Amino acid sequence: MVKVFIYPSNSLILSDLVDRFGHEPLAVMHEIGKKIKTAGLDSPPINITPEDPKKGLKYAAVEVPSGVRGRMSLLGPLLEEAQAAIIVTGPDISFGCMGCARTNELITFLVRAKKIPKLDLEYPRTEEAAKDFVHQIHEFLAGLDNIKISTSDKTGGGE
Amino acid sequence: MVQEELVKIAHLSCGSEYSGIQKEIETAAEIVNARIFYPEISIEEVQQVQDDFGLHVASSDLGLVMARAKVLVEGNTNADAVLITTCFRCAEGAVVRNELRRYIYENSKLPVISYSFTERTTSGTLLTRLEALTTTARRRSLLAREHQEGLTAGIDSGSTTTKSVIMKDDKVIGRGWVPTTNVIQSANEAYNQALETAGVTRDEIQALGVTGYGRYLIKEEFNADLVQEEITVNSKGAVYLANSQHGSATVIDIGGMDNKAISIQDGIPGMFTMGGICAGASGRFLEMTSKRLGVDITELGALAVKGMQQNVEMNSYCIVFGIQSLVNSLSKGSVPEDVAAASCHSVVEQVFEQQLQEVEVKEPLIMVGGSSLIEGVPKAMEDMLNIKVVVPPDSQYIGAVGSALLASGFINK
Repeated sequence: MVKVFIYPSNSLILSDLVDRFGHEPLAVMHEIGKKIKTAGLDSPPINITPEDPKKGLKYAAVEVPSGVRGRMSLLGPLLEEAQAAIIVTGPDISFGCMGCARTNELITFLVRAKKIPKLDLEYPRTEEAAKDFVHQIHEFLAGLDNIKISTSDKTGGGE
Repeated sequence: MVQEELVKIAHLSCGSEYSGIQKEIETAAEIVNARIFYPEISIEEVQQVQDDFGLHVASSDLGLVMARAKVLVEGNTNADAVLITTCFRCAEGAVVRNELRRYIYENSKLPVISYSFTERTTSGTLLTRLEALTTTARRRSLLAREHQEGLTAGIDSGSTTTKSVIMKDDKVIGRGWVPTTNVIQSANEAYNQALETAGVTRDEIQALGVTGYGRYLIKEEFNADLVQEEITVNSKGAVYLANSQHGSATVIDIGGMDNKAISIQDGIPGMFTMGGICAGASGRFLEMTSKRLGVDITELGALAVKGMQQNVEMNSYCIVFGIQSLVNSLSKGSVPEDVAAASCHSVVEQVFEQQLQEVEVKEPLIMVGGSSLIEGVPKAMEDMLNIKVVVPPDSQYIGAVGSALLASGFINK
């Protein structure tokens, strides 16, 4: 089983596909879930505290907006754990989104900088394209069973 | 304390929850008895809205914000007021924030404010803004008051000075002005001065309004009828004294600790910004300059209007490094008049760059507060904006006048 970073990181469809094809999806829902269930944290709706954007400084400098750094405090550690990645560009909002174009840019750059197997896909807009989309994901995930996995690559330091 | 009516504030934001400040926003709202909510929208509305607006953005949360603005304007929510927030330093967010604020302001009766936040934004920073927002939503009838009636008083407990006035039948009949040291003691001194010059006693005052940084403290001490933040009372006071209660107006108050730029329509504040991060854009900068020049602050303005700011090179707006530039220029032979003009220009230029970009500047432009009496300040503003600046009589007492005016609505209550 390989830990697969998905982007958009809150895509239920991507998360489900990775899970169905036998690997572990690294999705942001689990991270937010942990925060919501942590006793003592009270910053609804997702319990990100002012400390979290500071943790995001590991991935983006202080002049980067706090919303980007707050998102990176969730996504950065997932990316560090990742052994493979699936990145979908131009998704419909209902497919999943992190809401912020600057975060999207930084994440796609950091994934490319990390030497792990990755699959880049355009969001499908037709039924045929959707079938091909699922097929490509299946092929990619099946291929992960045979690769030598390394997590030693450094991730971080967008600056 | 009587619990005021709940105000429902629609929050349009593209990521305050990711900046860790949502709790701070909710805390500030709770203090002014408001509730933050997100207007309901459908996925289809989010998908459609960018074409409708003709504004295409890369961040999908900004599309979400636009869709929420649209349902607010269409009247499909029960919002009483609107708060728009985006991340500080995000250009795309700033464009959307400003355009949506204008869109809501022009197409609905909902009071709206905006703010760009960092993870350091606290409920204290947001409190005055939300207090002004909820007042505008809650007290439109009070804000519609155009005349002062009876015998009323106002106290403005500012960060640098405490001001007080006594008003009777639309006239200021007593004035008090002291430096703020101990908040309550200074308020007592200013109030006593005002009573003395008016020739009346405290017992005769029919209603009292208080404002400024120390307002909550002095409200208890003086059992005030009205406690109100500065945005609302300064707006009312400014248009009242400048005789511009109808139509548009813009009010600028460069205070000792923060600045306010307020766009007003028919005496009611619409868009406004408050600056408070940099002392270089405050009255404190002018105070420091006058000390370095060895003149009283009241003499700085007269010096400034005789000087040429272009003759002094300033490398920084900073109250430390900017003042150092002024001192260096003196040692290089600049005359005090030029230095005084440069300091007024520096403060005004920073207000222009950081605040006036965010409000609609419509004439008359009324400058109020103690800094408006430093003649070089309104002159620098006139030069920069190329419009006539109005400094009304008693402009330094603006908060106290606005409080006394609004307090007359409490006579016999």
